[in-house]
Amino acid sequence: MSNIEKYNNAFIETFEITEDQLAGLKYQDIAAWDSVGHMGLIAALEDAFDIMMDTDDIIDLSSYEKGKEILAKDEYGVEF
Amino acid sequence: MTFDEILNIPPYSLGKTEKEKLLTERLAELNKLHQENCPEYRRMMEAIDFDAQKIKSYADLPYLPVRLFKELELKSVPQEDVVKTMTSSGTTGQAVSKIYLDRATSSNQQKTMVKIVSDFTGSSRMPMIIIDCPSVVKNRAMFSARGAGILGFSIFGSKKIYALDDDMKLDVEGVRNFLDQYQGQRILLFGFTFMIWQHFYKELLRLKEEGVTFDLSNGILIHGGGWKKLISEAVSHDEFHQKLKAVCGLEHIHDYYGMVEQTGCIYMECECGHLHASIFSDVIVRRPIDFSEADIGEPGIIQVVSTIPESYPGHSLLTEDEGVIEGIDDCPCGRKGKYFKINGRLKNAEIRGCSDTYATKF
Repeated sequence: MSNIEKYNNAFIETFEITEDQLAGLKYQDIAAWDSVGHMGLIAALEDAFDIMMDTDDIIDLSSYEKGKEILAKDEYGVEF
Repeated sequence: MTFDEILNIPPYSLGKTEKEKLLTERLAELNKLHQENCPEYRRMMEAIDFDAQKIKSYADLPYLPVRLFKELELKSVPQEDVVKTMTSSGTTGQAVSKIYLDRATSSNQQKTMVKIVSDFTGSSRMPMIIIDCPSVVKNRAMFSARGAGILGFSIFGSKKIYALDDDMKLDVEGVRNFLDQYQGQRILLFGFTFMIWQHFYKELLRLKEEGVTFDLSNGILIHGGGWKKLISEAVSHDEFHQKLKAVCGLEHIHDYYGMVEQTGCIYMECECGHLHASIFSDVIVRRPIDFSEADIGEPGIIQVVSTIPESYPGHSLLTEDEGVIEGIDDCPCGRKGKYFKINGRLKNAEIRGCSDTYATKF
């Protein structure tokens, strides 16, 4: 599975949404992405890429696009 | 002054004068913001002829009784901006406070908590044992204080396990496997004081008598929610520490004081046993007779101020707790700011706190 597929799957499976909902999706836009859902998303991303995210990055991950930016940073090194 | 500017300052780095300047500026701004955006708050300020010009220090700002949030729905943002409503813990039949959060306030609460707790635990995340049952965070539309506490601290957990099942029984095998899996690593434990005592400590003690032991000497326990019930069972702070150490080797234990009306700004207990105010908030102890500010060492009613609340007028509140300031800027742990002690609830105050409300069932 490519990294973008893994990334998308984490959102799709955690929030039970479809791929067409991903672009532009922001924290609190849908009921499933609340603070509980957020921790579920983080766990899914960490499992998918075998990484441990910093607390600051967990808080900053406020949209689908922002998450890609964060994971692409050197300490996680996920290339999309 | 924006909240982001405050977030860049290390949480225990400001001495008395600098902190007073920061709090006065930020809290006066919040006062103005809520006057402009919360009609009820504006009318309250008009009723007391509030004059911003006369405010020389944040201690001069008015304070709302904390139970007002049970009687009125106070918010400073339109309903469509509210992303989360939090409720206080209450015993059955008690009215609960409702606290309305927008995106900014909610996110600032979490950021603040991370800054404060990291100062005690370090910033790296750890395997985490939550000493509570998973159902507490199930109702997502309405957040109880207990659920919010668990969720707020969850950010420090890399992998997480709930130590209790929904009948509040210790999951012995689950905890055992978890500890085996993360052997040699620092483990974060989080829970509410009474639940830890009743469902974790007592069970560990019973198991120990059967020859089943757990080693939590690598653990760091953060707990809060009130001591009332344990005091009535004659379990003191020192005994709580000693007994937990004796039963499972747990040595690093931090109590915290906080309330849902000012989520994020928690007051953590340091290595010297003192609760500390960070730069994000403060406590002022007031004399019950005239509400003037008490001296260091003089017990009184606790007022709390927080730099966070933008979506509801909860930046300055009078609690129903009694406490005493033990010192300012000179705790041996090196953290600046006030440090204090909570003596308990005022007489005839309602029972609240995640630990204490739960404990009324026992």
